[in-house]
Amino acid sequence: MASSTPGGLQVSDRTEAVAGHAEAAAHQGYGVYVRTWVWLLVFTLLELGAATVALPRAVTVTLLVALALMKGSLIVAYFMHLRFERLQFVYAVLSPFIFAIILFGAIAPDAIFRVH
Amino acid sequence: MTGAHPVVTDGADETRVSGEWGGGVSPFRVSWAKLMMWLFLLSDTLTFAGLLSGYGYSRLSSPSWPASHEVFNLNLVGLMTFILICSSATMAMAVTAAKSERWADAVRFVGLTILGGLVFLGMQAYEWSHFIGEGARLSGNPWGAPLFSASFFVITGFHGLHVTAGVVYLATVLARSARRRYTADGVEVAGLYWHFVDLVWVFIFTLLYLI
Repeated sequence: MASSTPGGLQVSDRTEAVAGHAEAAAHQGYGVYVRTWVWLLVFTLLELGAATVALPRAVTVTLLVALALMKGSLIVAYFMHLRFERLQFVYAVLSPFIFAIILFGAIAPDAIFRVH
Repeated sequence: MTGAHPVVTDGADETRVSGEWGGGVSPFRVSWAKLMMWLFLLSDTLTFAGLLSGYGYSRLSSPSWPASHEVFNLNLVGLMTFILICSSATMAMAVTAAKSERWADAVRFVGLTILGGLVFLGMQAYEWSHFIGEGARLSGNPWGAPLFSASFFVITGFHGLHVTAGVVYLATVLARSARRRYTADGVEVAGLYWHFVDLVWVFIFTLLYLI
């Protein structure tokens, strides 16, 4: 792998750095996934609780949406590994969600204030 | 290293010349397959966002809407959620095992993930047949707002289709991993798809069944 040219040396340095990083990630083991799994189950139980307990409608809806967003973030960050990707990749992947927000934002007032 | 790609060649000049934001040959430092899978999942996210906002519109603008806990069996749906979360965890573990070259473990974990997917699909088939037996149709249902059952069938059906495709996808990953003809990168990309299916279910579970 090592080469005598300066460029070649850079390549092999980089290769080792990347391989070392991957190895470190692999050696972290299953712990982080077990913790994520436990939190997802806890949030799911909280959701079921929030849906069953009689609370004002607005409180129930806010709680449920907040819990769903927290569960979604856990899945994306840890199971889908996004937390460990490069920052510009994270931005590239998350920025299109603005379209989903525009979609919901544009439709919601129309639906809520519609006269029956 | 197997499957070496430009990822390893760009880093050095990149950090030296223009820092993290300089771009270079591989600005995201992810494999091509992984980038393509993320792009696909983004477009799929927006498809589901479209379906869910359509559902939200019909529900909010409808004079009445059936109370979900009177129609659905929340214990069953809670169990389905539990199984899907567990299968996502085993999939994450399969990726870790594959990355540290423990292929026997990886195959076992992918197998468990497939099992989870199949159990989920079985329960969904049971739920659908029960719902249809009570008179729910695409065009209407005994509980009122016709769009209640229509949005239920379209959204859970679309998600179930994704689970089915995921089971087929993972079956090929399993077969190829068992013969040591697959890469850890490939397992990771398949994992992204599976976690996405779990991610979508989080929102379907909340918006269709709980709220």
